[in-house]
Amino acid sequence: MQPFTALTAIAAPLIRDNVDTDAIIPSREMQSVSKTGLAAGLFAGWRYDPVGSREPDPGFILNDPRFAPAKILLSGANFGCGSSREHAAWALAEYGFRAVIAASFNPIFRSNCVNNGIVPVELETGAIAAIAASLGDRPGDHPVTVDLEACSVATAGGARWSFAIDAEARAMLLGGMDAIELTLTRQDSIAAKREADRAERPWIYLE
Amino acid sequence: MAGGRTLFDKIWSMHRVATIDDASDLVLVDRILLHERTGAVALRSLAAAGRCVLAPRQSFVVMDHVVDTQPGRTDATMIPSGSAFITATRDAAKAAGLTLFDLGDAEQGIGHVISPELGIVLPGATLVCPDSHTCSQGALGALAWGIGSTAAEHALATSTLRVKRPKTMRITIDGALAAGVTAKDLALYLLSRFGSAGGAGHIVEYAGSAVSALDVEARLTLCNMATEFAAFSAIIAPDDKVFGYLKGRRYVPAGAEWGAALASWRDLRSDDDAVFDTEYRIDARDVAPMVTWGVSPQQAIALDGEVPDFEKVEDRDPRELHDRALAYMDLRPGIRMTGLPIDAAFIGSCTNSRLSDLRRAAALLRGRKVAPGVKAICVPGSTDVRARAEAEGIDRIFIDAGFEWREAGCSMCFYAGGENFGLRRRVISSTNRNFESRQGPETRSHLASPETVAASAIAGVIADPRGPF
Repeated sequence: MQPFTALTAIAAPLIRDNVDTDAIIPSREMQSVSKTGLAAGLFAGWRYDPVGSREPDPGFILNDPRFAPAKILLSGANFGCGSSREHAAWALAEYGFRAVIAASFNPIFRSNCVNNGIVPVELETGAIAAIAASLGDRPGDHPVTVDLEACSVATAGGARWSFAIDAEARAMLLGGMDAIELTLTRQDSIAAKREADRAERPWIYLE
Repeated sequence: MAGGRTLFDKIWSMHRVATIDDASDLVLVDRILLHERTGAVALRSLAAAGRCVLAPRQSFVVMDHVVDTQPGRTDATMIPSGSAFITATRDAAKAAGLTLFDLGDAEQGIGHVISPELGIVLPGATLVCPDSHTCSQGALGALAWGIGSTAAEHALATSTLRVKRPKTMRITIDGALAAGVTAKDLALYLLSRFGSAGGAGHIVEYAGSAVSALDVEARLTLCNMATEFAAFSAIIAPDDKVFGYLKGRRYVPAGAEWGAALASWRDLRSDDDAVFDTEYRIDARDVAPMVTWGVSPQQAIALDGEVPDFEKVEDRDPRELHDRALAYMDLRPGIRMTGLPIDAAFIGSCTNSRLSDLRRAAALLRGRKVAPGVKAICVPGSTDVRARAEAEGIDRIFIDAGFEWREAGCSMCFYAGGENFGLRRRVISSTNRNFESRQGPETRSHLASPETVAASAIAGVIADPRGPF
């Protein structure tokens, strides 16, 4: 996984609450047993018109050439709610997003982001609105900075907000670490715990 | 810290391997479920990294998401490229030595339906599945939660997960639900009241006399929609109803082990002096049959109500979202929900597809006919539910009324490019998500109980199952 330290990039505002994973990547766009080939289906229901086509809907933010190269997404509360499909995170990452700034996140989606090098940044609604306002008509001239080392977000104009993120998630993102590798360093304590637990709850162990 | 422990605390500490940091622990995973939509990719990725499944006998694979539900189905699917998911999952499950409940097997069905049926989920166990509705299984006193595919790989390889400890919430529902009010209505009521982020960051324990009064299948319905509440999961303390339900099922301990397990399970409840981070109390008598009007499960109102006016309701949504939902659903404030013409009616999904759901719907359908022009479909949650329903003649009641009677699976709970209800059709559905285009291109979904779906199918309009319809 690609480590994330800090990123200064164009931000795309898609500011609405409850953006669900069906909206991020509709199930009909998940056509192969793979983590790739999903970027074209990102936000397909909103991005294309009529639904199911590949005709860009000019009203959708990522179809605006000024916002199309965005690497940071701005959104509302409960972002990533609904289905646990990790395809939502894979599609965002494949499109090029490295951070999502939202008022809150669905817990499964948040964890899927961390496992795919996308920083889930939680900020208050007012801060998100201020960041969106800072983009102006030329978002390329007003990039947004997400600094994971400093746990801060800044606009091009210098406005700055701190955000909180779990130490575990931050460490994983900063190091680009593989959680399985990390956990396997504790193999011995896992084995010991399972043996002790087997004595307590033998019915759990079906081997 | 003084104070007793919650049910969650007890299960969590039983499973803690190590503390990772202030917020997170490494916890044992007792059971893993995979399905063909998200499971194959996890198993393939695991194999590609040269890793093995640590406890293959505790990992189970189901076929529910992309399989067809038409009679005589094969590996071919109406969902484009669906068969690739089926064969990849089958091959990966066999290569890893996992137990697979395949198409054509008597045990096949929706994961969250067959896991309780087979006793895969047990009180006090931890169970994970790359599927958000895994929370359903908290109904049996397990700690069961949905994860992503990468986390599933982690669980398969290590029998553990690194998890942020959730906050604890208890929702106590006392009193008796009125006649005709179901667990589904209760779930929608809670969403309408606390919002679809109302449970964020929490494990929700449902308690109180109204919850104790629910049978196990109804508890599965209630817990099912905890993910719509943004909760980590939901759980209900196991009681004699749960123990009676489980006894004798395939993967449930038997003989002397049953006694030992039962003794341990009886301790699985929150202490009287346990302190929760958040507590709500609900009077069951306040809950009415519910239906959703919008595109988020929180946009639910009493069935006998009207489409809400933004100005008049205490609503969590900004104006833009409210108006957007109205436009998508082709509704205006003030329209009565009952009487709204429907194009289709669907009974199925991990929320409401168990035998008791079908029985209650059948009781309303007996001797009646689906209204002309309404496409009505019933998809039993498992092959076993289907067989038991058929043994009772429930299939005949559905078929005689004009319902299609299907093979088990997730079916049209979601649209994946295959079968769907059609462009902008209005559907009354016993499922769990009314998101935009969830059940078809720009399909307008109204979530309700199986009873409300059955009554509406007959009336041709959204109808109150308490009648007349």
